[in-house]
Amino acid sequence: MKPGTRLKSAACDTEVMVIRTAGGTIECGGAPMAEVKPAEAAALSPDHSNGSLMGKRYVDADNTYELLCVKPGKGSLSVDGVALVTKDAKPLPASD
Amino acid sequence: MNIALLLEMAAEAAPDRIALVCDGKRWTYGDLLAAARGAFEIIQESGVDYVALLDESSEASMIALFGAALAGVPYCPLNYRLADEDLTALLERIAPALVIGDEERVERLAGDQGHTVYAREMFTLKAQESWPEGEDREYDPGGGVAVQLFTSGTTAAPKAAILRHSNLLGYILGTVEFASADEDDAALVVVPPYHIAGISALLSSTYAGRRIVMLPSFEPEAWLKLAEGEKVTNAFVVPTMMARIIDKLGSDAKANLASLRSIAYGGGKMPREIIEKALALMPETGFTNSYGLTETSSTIALLGPDEHRDALASEDPKVRARLTSLGIPLPTVEIEIRDEDGKVLGPNEPGEIYVRGEQVSGEYKERSALDAEGWFPTRDAGYMDEDGYLFLSGRADDVIVRGGENMSPGEIEDVVLTHPAVGDACAVAIPSIEWGEAVGMAIVPREGHERPAEDDIKELVRSRLRSSRVPEKIVYVDELPYNEMGKLLRRKVKDILAD
Repeated sequence: MKPGTRLKSAACDTEVMVIRTAGGTIECGGAPMAEVKPAEAAALSPDHSNGSLMGKRYVDADNTYELLCVKPGKGSLSVDGVALVTKDAKPLPASD
Repeated sequence: MNIALLLEMAAEAAPDRIALVCDGKRWTYGDLLAAARGAFEIIQESGVDYVALLDESSEASMIALFGAALAGVPYCPLNYRLADEDLTALLERIAPALVIGDEERVERLAGDQGHTVYAREMFTLKAQESWPEGEDREYDPGGGVAVQLFTSGTTAAPKAAILRHSNLLGYILGTVEFASADEDDAALVVVPPYHIAGISALLSSTYAGRRIVMLPSFEPEAWLKLAEGEKVTNAFVVPTMMARIIDKLGSDAKANLASLRSIAYGGGKMPREIIEKALALMPETGFTNSYGLTETSSTIALLGPDEHRDALASEDPKVRARLTSLGIPLPTVEIEIRDEDGKVLGPNEPGEIYVRGEQVSGEYKERSALDAEGWFPTRDAGYMDEDGYLFLSGRADDVIVRGGENMSPGEIEDVVLTHPAVGDACAVAIPSIEWGEAVGMAIVPREGHERPAEDDIKELVRSRLRSSRVPEKIVYVDELPYNEMGKLLRRKVKDILAD
């Protein structure tokens, strides 16, 4: 999968843009994400339902995966079942 | 990754928020996205290789930037101040292009180059009408070049620097928090559209959700009026603009700048005197020095508001000197100082500034300047102090090599500028039979002062620096040649000294 690929959640409205990825399965709401939304929505897993926030970047502990949330939803993001966490941009003074 | 994503997200989150104010007209994020999608249709249909702008900043520059991105065609704003001959050559390098702006001039200079030309109003109008809402469109995934900028060519023919979507997005996503601006925040953009700061200002304000207030051409009174009238909170200026704003504020202007929280500056060396005056005249405003290059998608190091005030208030000469530093590198880039053999230097050792990071393209149309490990040699000469503050001494190409000794013009100029009768000064290399090169100096006497004697200048340099740095030749001029961005044209000073 190339950086820049857009993935949609099968369980909620979440959409992400892939910034960095490896071989694992990217999921939202507990279900694998894909470029096309499935005809039938997947059930939202209660373990992965903390929601995604627009404009936040989500990473794994090793920084091998990075996703940018471009549309928020009820599901939370994970890779192979392990929850991703938000990466906070260091606040910088506006320079341009 | 496509930079159009920034506008798509802003429009998704707040479609009715004001994104842009230009010539009294207001545009929402929704309006701009619809127009950019319309511009995509126009660009697709024309089958061009580039989208060029030959015009001052306006809504058209934003619509063209994002429309070109959606179409996967590089956006190439051109310097409308160029002489006919130079502009013709640049237009030829991007043919066939969709050119927005000065129709008459493109027709006259490049009528036979196959361009499609639109006057600004026509382009804007057609872009607004062309989005077939509801129809599916395959927009470009953004794997290629987003922006091509011709460098100003102060030393040689302009180079075509290219910035990929990944470089610009790397910069924005790494430094700007999405939708972080308050509804009342507004950024005054006055840098010309063909300058990297003019591009990055549009991208970062869009992603932050900060209203852009455009001033198409700089004039201090108009700047102050707009800053007050639109309750501007952020602004970016080049040093010459800052000097003229300060002049105006110090004399007759009665502008209420209470809302102006932050002024960032960059694009050239800020004289210490000017920044000190600015800090005194605007005690409530935070100043940020941002250092960057076209090839690095804008800012790579910055000196923040607190560091400005701390430096000004400090008794420690080392901390005080930081007022004229470039600050510290962004957390998202790496910076190294290297010598001519590529060896990495330690603190306070002068050499060339190298930078690496996602936002660093270091790429020209013809070749990439990156080394095997991805480092970009900036050709800027400088050093870093033991706390990581970066100092610029000038362009590496401007270094004067006298008898094998490397001398930075900036170091000599800084000393000469302390003379009360010197208003401005420029040191360049002049040919010397004995030494290969020697120091030549052009001096602008300060208004209201007697022209400083040559011997006084020489003695001043001898007493503060080494005798090798004493100017061999001094000429007096009424003014030094700067380009419109405040860049000193040393090449022209060399010509003056050669006469």
